[in-house]
Amino acid sequence: MEYAFFLGCIAPNRYPNLEAATHKVMNALGVKLLDMEGASCCPAPGVLRSFHRELWLAVGARNITIAEEMGVDITTMCSGCYATLKEVNDLLKEREELRKKVNEALSKIGREYKGTVEVKHILEVFYFDLGIDEVASQVKRKISAKAALHYGCHLIKPTVHRRWTDSCEDPRFFEALVEFMGVTPVDYRDKLMCCGAGGGVRSGSPEVALTYTMNKLESMREVGAELLVNACQFCHLQFDLGQVEIKERYGKEYNIPVIFYTQLLGLAMGFSPEEMGLQYNRVEAVSPVKAILERSAE
Amino acid sequence: MAGVIRCGCMSITQSVVKAEDLDLSFAKTLEQLGIERVLTCMQCGTCTASCPSGRYAAYRTRLVLRKVLLGLREEILSDPDLWLCTTCYNCQERCPRRIDVVDLIIVLRNMAFATGHARERHVQISRFFVETGHLVPINEENMKKRRELGLSEKPPTTHSFPKALEEVKALASYFGFDKIVLGER
Repeated sequence: MEYAFFLGCIAPNRYPNLEAATHKVMNALGVKLLDMEGASCCPAPGVLRSFHRELWLAVGARNITIAEEMGVDITTMCSGCYATLKEVNDLLKEREELRKKVNEALSKIGREYKGTVEVKHILEVFYFDLGIDEVASQVKRKISAKAALHYGCHLIKPTVHRRWTDSCEDPRFFEALVEFMGVTPVDYRDKLMCCGAGGGVRSGSPEVALTYTMNKLESMREVGAELLVNACQFCHLQFDLGQVEIKERYGKEYNIPVIFYTQLLGLAMGFSPEEMGLQYNRVEAVSPVKAILERSAE
Repeated sequence: MAGVIRCGCMSITQSVVKAEDLDLSFAKTLEQLGIERVLTCMQCGTCTASCPSGRYAAYRTRLVLRKVLLGLREEILSDPDLWLCTTCYNCQERCPRRIDVVDLIIVLRNMAFATGHARERHVQISRFFVETGHLVPINEENMKKRRELGLSEKPPTTHSFPKALEEVKALASYFGFDKIVLGER
């Protein structure tokens, strides 16, 4: 099993520990992640699509052509990149006249979009391609912890461009993807709400973005969540770096460790917190996770 | 009151809308741009009720729709609140008229961006994109982290492949985007 690994911006350029951890975990699962040489920003669906939709389509299509040349499907750890690449791919497959326009632009750089690959969020690789039983069979130790799962928006919406069969008002597949590790997902107020970062709000109105983040952290704390588990590198940044920003701006401290899904899976597969790069998180994650692992082993 | 329409939904802005300011073809234009059924909006408010930015800020999705139907084009495009949507899609998923509300916001933002209503920070990150291929480019701190983690110092993206960056620049130039964002220096 192999995939063209689409990096985007946040993982390689701000949280490279997620990139390194995901490579280790996928390698251990026997899944090859191939570099997409010369890929760019997806470009981001909230910002660049808001600025210039045609350029967004063309650059998204260019990124897809790199995987088409490699002859493999794309996977990504970022729900924003996923949204762009999945929706550009769907639109260009469905709409002949749009594809013609985009290919006219791509012809200037010697490329052509053909529509020969699929785009998959990395959770789809675990859920649909590997399957829960296969992933669960790789678990070597239990992680007994109460975790607040953050689905994020673009992993599940817009539903016309998504594969999940769960309702976007009450999805349960993320729970299914952590329960076999011994993790207890806890429901919390506004569980399905946005992290606040999307749509150019983090860059344009950081105070509004942080209000979202703070409210989510508050309700996670109310139910005693020990970990925040997410599936998007941009949400990851917003919750991890966001906790630092909230402390600076509002003097509030939550100290909830922010863990990306592959990092959590890696821990359950026996990798150490350091091997999963938790020491690069801004909110201390190594010692609370070690305490959880020690407690779980008893 | 001839020439003046009192618009109920405007009560939160306490404004009076003058008939001569209305461009009733605006919604039609948006339909032609792909926002189907926008004219069927019945102002039920499901969008605003579902909107987290509506909860935390003054942004009101229903008001945007109302202004669209009235054709208050300039007022919509110059309103900084247009940039408070996080594109979470709650409104779009729940709209009983199945209007693609987020797609509408995107089209309106495209118009706002093209007519000089972008936020400075958004123009700035657009420059990063045109110059590096990344909206969030690499920096020294993260090159160091990458080395420590055993990754290549720069990711295998436009950061490592100059020819690839030229391709992205060529596309930006093809659509005149480089002029829009670099010209404002």
